[in-house]
Amino acid sequence: MIPDIGLGHFLTVAAILFTLGVFGIFLNRKNVIIILMSVELILLAVNINFVAFSAHLQDLAGQVFALMILTVAAAEAAIGLAILVVFYRNRGSIAVDDVNVMKG
Amino acid sequence: MTLQLAFFYLFSTVAIISAVMVISARNPVHSVLFLILAFVNGAGIFMLAGAEFLALLLIVVYVGAVMVLFLFVVMMLDIDFAELRQGILQYAPIGALIGGILLIELILVAGSFVITPEVATSSAVPFVEGMSNTEALGNMLYTRYVYLFEAAGLILLVAMIGAIVLTLKHKPNVKRQDINAQVARKREDAVEVVSVESGKGI
Repeated sequence: MIPDIGLGHFLTVAAILFTLGVFGIFLNRKNVIIILMSVELILLAVNINFVAFSAHLQDLAGQVFALMILTVAAAEAAIGLAILVVFYRNRGSIAVDDVNVMKG
Repeated sequence: MTLQLAFFYLFSTVAIISAVMVISARNPVHSVLFLILAFVNGAGIFMLAGAEFLALLLIVVYVGAVMVLFLFVVMMLDIDFAELRQGILQYAPIGALIGGILLIELILVAGSFVITPEVATSSAVPFVEGMSNTEALGNMLYTRYVYLFEAAGLILLVAMIGAIVLTLKHKPNVKRQDINAQVARKREDAVEVVSVESGKGI
């Protein structure tokens, strides 16, 4: 399935993308939209790992799992953005520091 | 270097560069566009790994739907993004530290793992010879993993209802049709019979 691209190549790319996603969460600590995008990057890295192992082991189960991750990621993005819109309506800001409405 | 390897390096380089741009771009619209580029290149990597269906699904679902949703939200909300970027360098060192440690750990694991021979020979759902990726995946999804498939559909339904419930806003001045109120309306609420004496008004 992978003619001459080693499994390590895929794992390295996925590791770099995952790290960039985690770094993005730290770097843009105030901006919720960029944090959501970083989460999407992390999920893409995980999917690359699943697909690479699926191809390496000649096992289709990894691709089925990647499909489920795609589904959950789409649902998460929709709900996350809906919450963001509602939050912006109430507070007029999306800064993470302002998320203290539930503080007693 | 074969053609596949050259394309793999091309896709992965562009994906990583655009991932860097996603987290460092000044304008969130640029971030979304770079994320689209990263996903398209991720689809290319999937394609090279032989997962054609997932590659096209990534383009159709992610680039076509989820990223457009992001773009809508970014453009719809009127936010001062320059203010949100203040103090960004304050968090960069700790983020770089944790990210670096994570990357080193991941690469160490990726470089030194071994797949045991039992696992390598006994795959749960082996590839079928002479069957395309899409056909094999559909075969599995509708038979062996049908409950998982149904659960995925349910998750999407719940997400859809949740997003609608969260964002639907009832404006006070807008008149809407209320079918319950219409059906529950009685004759006595609407019509009144008044006997008017002749020569006098009401």
